[in-house]
Amino acid sequence: MSSNDVLGRTEGGDLRLAGLTKRYGSFTAVDDLDLTVPQGSFFALLGASGCGKTTTLRMVSGLEEPTAGRIFLGDQDVTDRKPYRRPVNTVFQNYALFPHLDIYENVAFGLRRRGVKDVKKPVTDMLDLVELGHLAKRKPGQLSGGQQQRIALARALINQPQVLLLDEPLGALDLKLRRQMQIELKRIQLEVGLTFVHVTHDQEEAMTMADTIAVMNAGRIEQMGSPAELYENPSTTFVANFLGQSNLLTGTVEGVDGDVVTVTAHGQRLTLDAARCPVRSGAVILGVRPEKVHLARTGAEIPAGHNRLTGGTVVDTSFIGVSTQYLVTLATGEEVSVFEQNTGREIQRPGTEVVVHWDPSQGFGLEGGQDIEAGAADIEEDAA
Amino acid sequence: MTAVVPSPELTEPVEPPPSARKPKRNWTPWVLLAPGLLWLVVFFLVPIFTSVSASVQTGDYDDGFKLTWHWANYSQALTDYGVQYLHSGIYSVLCTVFCLALGYPVAYFIAFKGGKYKSLLMALVIVPSFTSFLIRTIAWKTILADNGPVVQFLNDAHVLKLTSALGWTVGNHVLASPAAVVCGMVYNFLPFTILPLYTSLEKIDPRLHEAGHDLYCSPFTTWRRVTLPLSMPGVIGGTLLTFIPAIGDYINAQLLGNPNTGVVGQKIEDLFLRNTQGYPVGSAISVVMMVGTLVLVMSYIRKAGTEDLI
Amino acid sequence: MTAVTAPPAAPTTAARPPEARRRSPLAWAREHLLLAVTVLIFVFMLLPNVIIFWMSFNQPQGKFDYVWHRFSLAAWQNPCANGEMCHSIGLSLRIGVVATIVATVLGTMIAFAMVRYRFKARSGINALLFLPMAAPEVVMGATLAALFFNTIGPGGLGFWTITIAHVMFCVSYVVVTVKSRLAGMDPTLERAAQDLYATPTQTFRYVTLPLVAPGIAAAALLAFALSIDDYIVTVFTAGNLETFPMYIWGSVQRAYPAQIDVIGSLMLIVTMAIIALSQVLGRARSARR
Repeated sequence: MSSNDVLGRTEGGDLRLAGLTKRYGSFTAVDDLDLTVPQGSFFALLGASGCGKTTTLRMVSGLEEPTAGRIFLGDQDVTDRKPYRRPVNTVFQNYALFPHLDIYENVAFGLRRRGVKDVKKPVTDMLDLVELGHLAKRKPGQLSGGQQQRIALARALINQPQVLLLDEPLGALDLKLRRQMQIELKRIQLEVGLTFVHVTHDQEEAMTMADTIAVMNAGRIEQMGSPAELYENPSTTFVANFLGQSNLLTGTVEGVDGDVVTVTAHGQRLTLDAARCPVRSGAVILGVRPEKVHLARTGAEIPAGHNRLTGGTVVDTSFIGVSTQYLVTLATGEEVSVFEQNTGREIQRPGTEVVVHWDPSQGFGLEGGQDIEAGAADIEEDAA
Repeated sequence: MTAVVPSPELTEPVEPPPSARKPKRNWTPWVLLAPGLLWLVVFFLVPIFTSVSASVQTGDYDDGFKLTWHWANYSQALTDYGVQYLHSGIYSVLCTVFCLALGYPVAYFIAFKGGKYKSLLMALVIVPSFTSFLIRTIAWKTILADNGPVVQFLNDAHVLKLTSALGWTVGNHVLASPAAVVCGMVYNFLPFTILPLYTSLEKIDPRLHEAGHDLYCSPFTTWRRVTLPLSMPGVIGGTLLTFIPAIGDYINAQLLGNPNTGVVGQKIEDLFLRNTQGYPVGSAISVVMMVGTLVLVMSYIRKAGTEDLI
Repeated sequence: MTAVTAPPAAPTTAARPPEARRRSPLAWAREHLLLAVTVLIFVFMLLPNVIIFWMSFNQPQGKFDYVWHRFSLAAWQNPCANGEMCHSIGLSLRIGVVATIVATVLGTMIAFAMVRYRFKARSGINALLFLPMAAPEVVMGATLAALFFNTIGPGGLGFWTITIAHVMFCVSYVVVTVKSRLAGMDPTLERAAQDLYATPTQTFRYVTLPLVAPGIAAAALLAFALSIDDYIVTVFTAGNLETFPMYIWGSVQRAYPAQIDVIGSLMLIVTMAIIALSQVLGRARSARR
C-alpha cells in the first residue's frame, strides 16, 4: 500500500464519525452520532432492527447521504465522496454476488473497475485465503450459503479497503455454520489486519468477534466498550437487557460506607460495590446476571455476606443440560431468573420455597428511573 | 422493524422507509419517459380524440370530411348495428366463459400435477402461437370440414340436429355457424386465459392443500375454499386478457362464420375501407365500442377487486 | 395426527381415516378425469398445427387447400410459387424488425424510468400504458386510421404508418416485460457494484444491463411476434400495401395455396429450432464454466 493512493487510502487512518445524522422525513434513523473506530480493530455495531445501525453503515459506505455530520477516514473527509470513490468495501447481508459473473470475475470486479491490469495473482491468492480456489469457474447460484458468504468477503477484501463493512454477514446462515464463520472471520481479520466494522443484531456474534462493541438504540449509541466491559458493567437498562439477560430490581440508596453502597429493594437490604454503582443517593436500579445468582431452600445455610432475597417460590424449572434455569417469584411479585451450572446439585422443583442469594461484588448499579424492561422485548422477539 | 431475524431472501434493508429516495428534482426519468409516452399520446390518445371528432363529421373521401356536429351518426351507429353489437357481446362472453372452463383444469393440472414437465407443458401451450393465428384459424376449416371425421361423428350422434335446432349450427354443417365462430375464438384466446391462471396457481404452496385436507375439507371444498380464492388474481387477469381481444375480434366471425354471424369489427372495417362515406359512422361505432368496453372492464375490475376478492 | 386434536363434535368427514379417502374410487376417477380433460384440451390446442403440417403436403383439388386430396412435395419444393406471398412475407419481416427495435428501445427506457425513479403523475402514466392493452384492436386501428385520414390523407398510408401503429401497440407489452425483470432484480447488486468502485456508467454496463438483458430480449421477441402476426390494426393503416397476414386474409377469398401451410409449418419449426439451439448453447456454456 502506498501512503496515499488513487482512492485516497492513508495509513494509520481511523474511521471517525462526527455528529452523523440521518433523517427520513420526521423519522430520525441516526441521531448525532460521534464515534471513532481505531484502525485495525474489529468493531461491532450491535442493536435491534431499526436502531439505525445499517443506516450508519450505508452512510460510511456512501450508499446513503447523511442529513448532517461528517465522516473521516484518517485525516480525510470522505462525506461527499461517491461510494465508488471511497476506500471502503461492504460485505452485504444477502452477499449481493453478481449472478451473471463467475466466482473469479466476482472477486476480480473491484480490481477491474479500478483499472488494475493483472488481476490473476491477487484473485487466486484471495480465493486461497477463503479456501475456495477450486470454485473459481462456478456461478454464485451453484454455491452454498457459507461459500457465497466467503466469496462476498473475498470480493471485498481483495481491494484492501481501509475499512471493511460487514452488514449482518452471517444472518442467512444456519447456527452451526455461523459459529464456524465467526471463527473464520476473526482469523481473516487478524491475518489481513484491516479495520472491520460489523453490524449485527446478534449479541453473541458481536461478543465472539469484536474487540469493541457499540450498542445502538433509537439512532444513538447507548454504550461502547469491550465485550467484557459491556457485559459486566452495563450503563443502562437497555444494555443490561440487550446484552445477555439481567435481573433488575428498583430500589433506593440508603447510604454509602467506603466501598459499599447499601440499597433497599422490595423491603430487603442489599449491598453493592461502590465502584460498580454510579448512584450515591436516591433511586437506583440494582442488577445481577442470572448465572451469578444462587438458590437455596428456605432455611438452608447461605454464605455469609451474600445478598439475599427471601420469600421466593420456584415457579418454573427448565433443565437445559449444561445448566438449569429457574424462574423464582418473590413475595412482592418480582421475578428473578437463576441459571445454575450443572454441578450435580439438587434440582429444585416448581413450588419449592427458596432464598436467592449472590456475592455482592457481582451486582451492578444503574441510574434509577429507567424502564427496567428496555431492550428485553427485543431479546424475546429474537428468540421467537 | 418487524423482522428481527434477517431473512435470507433478497429484501431491501428494513431501516430506511420506502419514501426515502432522493427528493431532488431529477430530469432523468422524464428524458427516459418522453419519447415512448409521446408516441403513445400522438398515436394512441390523439387518434381517440380525432375519432370522436370524426364521429360527428359528414362527407366522403373525394370531397373530404367536415365537422358538422352530425350527431345522427351516433343514432345510426346505435340503431343500424344492433345485431352486430349483440353478436360481439354474446360471442365474447361465451368465449371468455369457455376459455375459463377449459383453461382452469389445464392450468391446475400443470401447476399441481406437472412435476418436472411443468415448463414443457407450458411451452406446449405457447408453441402453437408461433404459427400465424390466421393460418391456424383457417386450419379449423379443414378440421370442421363437412366430410371430415369431426362433423361425421357429430352427425352420426345426432348432435348437429339438436344444435341446428338451437341455431348454433346450420343444417349438417359446423362451419359457417355461430358454433364455429365461438370454437375458433376459444381456440385463439385459450392461451391468454391459461397463462395468468397458471402464474397465480403455480404460486400456491401445495402444502395448503394438505392443510385444507387436514382441516376437514374434501378435495372439492379445498378447491372451493383454498385454491379458488388464492387463484382469483389469475381468474380475473385471464378473463380480462381473453375478453378484451375477444370483443374486438372479427377474424373468427369472418373466417368461420356466415353472413348472419356479423360482429362489430367487421362493420367498422367495412365502413372505413369499403365505403366512401362510412368513415364518420365507423368512427362513431368505434367510440361506442371503446366506451362500452372500458365501462365493462372497469366495472368488472371494480367488482372483482372489492367484492369477489375478499 | 388430526384425531388427537379433533374436538369431540368433529364433522363426520374427519372421522374417516385418511387412508379411506385416498383409496376411494371417486378420488381415483377424479384424478384421472383431470388428466383426461387436460389431454383433450391439449389436443384441441395443438390439432391445428398438426393439420397445417399435414396439409402442407397436400395437392389441393381446387384453388383452396382445405381438404386432403393427394400427397405432394410441390409446395415444399417451391414455397415461393406465388411471388406476392413471399413479397408480403418480406414486408412483414421488415416492418417487424423496425417496429421491434423502436418499441424495445422506447419501452425499455420507460420501464427503467418507472422502476428506478420516483416522480409525479405515475398513476397517469400507468393508465396511459395500460390503455393500449385494454383497447380492442379494431378500435385502435380505426382511430389511428381516422388520425391518418385527417392529417396525411388515405394516400399517405404505407410502410411507415404500419410501423408507427405496430410500435404503438407493442410499447406497453415491452414496458410490462422489462419492468417485471427489473423489479425482480436485487437492488443491492447495483449498490455492491458501486461499492466495488464501479461508476454509475460502469454499473449499468457491467451489472444492470447483463442482468436485464434476458428481459429485454423476451420483450423484443414478444414485440416481433405481435407485429408479424397483426392483421386488424395493420389493415387500417396499410393503404395499398399487403403484409403477410393481409395476404392470408385475401387468400381466403382468392385461392388458398398449400404454400401458406408450408410457411405456417416453417414458422413453427424455425422458432422451435431457435429455442432448442439457444437451450443447447446455454447448457454448453454453463457446462464449460
